[in-house]
Amino acid sequence: MSTPAAQDLQTLLRVERLTTRFRTRGGDVTAVNELSFELAAGEILGLVGESGSGKSMTGYSLLDLVDPPGYIAGGSVRLRGRELRGLPAKDWQALRGDRIAMIFQDPMLTLNPVLRIDTQMVETVLAHRRLTRAEALHRAHAALVRVGIPAAGERLRSYPHQLSGGMRQRVAIAIALLNEPDLIIADEPTTALDVTIQAQILYEMQTLCREAGAGLIWITHDLSVVAGLADRVCVMYAGRIVEQGSTAQVLESPAHPYTRGLLDSTPAAALARGHRRGEALRPIPGAAPPLAALPAGCAFHPRCARADEQCLPPPPQAEPASGQRALCWHPLPPGAALSGPAASLEAP
Amino acid sequence: MNTPPLLALRGIHKHFGPRPDWLERLGMHLGWLPPPARVQALDGVDVEIGAGEVLGLVGESGSGKSTLGRVAAGLLRPEHGRRLWRGAEIDATPVAAHGIQMVFQDPSASLNPRMRVGELIAEAPRTHGLITRAAQAEYVAGLLHQVGLDAGAAGRFAHQFSGGQRARIGIARALAVKPALLVCDEPVAALDVSVQAQVLNLFGELRGRLGLTYLFISHDLGVVRHLCDRVAILYLGRVVELAPADELFAAPAHPYTQALLADTPTLKAEKKHFVAIRGELPSPLAPPPGCHFHPRCPRAFARCREERPALREIAPGRHAACHLHEAAG
Repeated sequence: MSTPAAQDLQTLLRVERLTTRFRTRGGDVTAVNELSFELAAGEILGLVGESGSGKSMTGYSLLDLVDPPGYIAGGSVRLRGRELRGLPAKDWQALRGDRIAMIFQDPMLTLNPVLRIDTQMVETVLAHRRLTRAEALHRAHAALVRVGIPAAGERLRSYPHQLSGGMRQRVAIAIALLNEPDLIIADEPTTALDVTIQAQILYEMQTLCREAGAGLIWITHDLSVVAGLADRVCVMYAGRIVEQGSTAQVLESPAHPYTRGLLDSTPAAALARGHRRGEALRPIPGAAPPLAALPAGCAFHPRCARADEQCLPPPPQAEPASGQRALCWHPLPPGAALSGPAASLEAP
Repeated sequence: MNTPPLLALRGIHKHFGPRPDWLERLGMHLGWLPPPARVQALDGVDVEIGAGEVLGLVGESGSGKSTLGRVAAGLLRPEHGRRLWRGAEIDATPVAAHGIQMVFQDPSASLNPRMRVGELIAEAPRTHGLITRAAQAEYVAGLLHQVGLDAGAAGRFAHQFSGGQRARIGIARALAVKPALLVCDEPVAALDVSVQAQVLNLFGELRGRLGLTYLFISHDLGVVRHLCDRVAILYLGRVVELAPADELFAAPAHPYTQALLADTPTLKAEKKHFVAIRGELPSPLAPPPGCHFHPRCPRAFARCREERPALREIAPGRHAACHLHEAAG
């Protein structure tokens, strides 16, 4: 057993019981609920959830970018052992864009439409480094080359509107990489892109993280994207991480009925079960509950096939395998299917 | 094979561009001005949809798949090409007007926020004289029931529903005029995975119950593979491959289809070595000559740069537009 300090040296990011709430007329609503996870240097963590699960808010909370009426209500975020919660605004400014970078779904949130790419990139370097303009420009050029932008010199002199969506997202990624951050938080950066472009960017991100030893948190709703990308996966539901583990553990033998349900409801899973075309999929019944009116106990229990009266008190952390944790009273045994075969709905 | 297809699109060309004013027209007429730049959204597309069939239309953004859907639904008029409804010119066939209905991607943009759901659904059948005002409530309740909503939904507004429910309302509205063909433009793209499966199942059920035909537009190959009988792959306004779904996914014939399948992420938890096709979709304002795909194609040769490959039958029921298959065919 090593001391906590020594553990923190190996762990790039340690998040403990992070909680973000929103003040509303009907009382406070918890968007991020006691999140705890760790990230090692060079590791890629997939943060998966449906809309409203709190995955994006987790990203904003890690960067202290929660705007009122939202506020971070508690918990701890440590980067290389340094507590980030409660840092003064000046220190945060020094961290963001330097040690921690964020990539948004819409690159136009990162890019200023009236400034040329080189202006924006040089600005990012000079905000954190004592370099000459020429040196900063050289860095910018190198970053564009690293993310696979052809004719980088020419692109530097372009305005964002002159670039395609895929190119803009690459520029946004290049800006995130400029100061060689320790931690990159990417919020659905490929969701709006076509699959061929997405594949290029996923490949490049993987290589870049490995080379630079940066930790990457990839926030997405798409399980198949994290399957080929992430080392570990956290699945979020109604503001909580309901399951986490290695990508193979979570995708191949999920312990939480929600994860299982998500996997089972995809057409790909139906195909893997040997279903013929046109046969019914197995959706999760119902819809995700509004955060303002979460069911008592396990928030998933009204939609869960395994739920019983035991699920009314808050669920415990089950640990079905080493490194795999599920927030559930009735975790699934490895390899279990959730429901019986669905009826055929093929046209007669 | 003697029954004509439900809908046949033949040689469809559709382009978009600024409409020149009289001065510009004069300038062009006298040769002072170049012709205006035009986006060739559809460049000679031939597809047929048989009754009861589900035809998937797959392509990246800018491929022209939505334009083709709108041409099929009659929302856009092509510059060239014929649209045949059960073998007859569509403009001469009054029944075709509501025989084809459209389901849109974004229900919040396609459902009027100030109309109650009951009005939204009943508007078209009332206009077409299919129902009377007296029968409206019962008719709407029947449609809502068919898409898995309760009759009470008729009195509420679209914003009071979740995304999945709104998708159902959009489907109910399309069904209200008893169409034979539904053109579905990315109907599940905006939905979460768990809800998406519910709506996909609804499409399957309705098809079985009402004998509907679908033109199903999607960028999601998993969804297309699940639902479609045949699949057409579009690239920059041209059909590059058209084949039965099982065969297309088992053995894609066109290099673009192959790349598309290889790049689609799967649920396999293994670090994938992405071998992405290089580059991006060229601008549809200035598509490359010859085969549109040749600048990105790993197997392109001299002929691909000069000559447009025709969509040819390479095996029974399978079509591909690629010079590589011409030697074999």
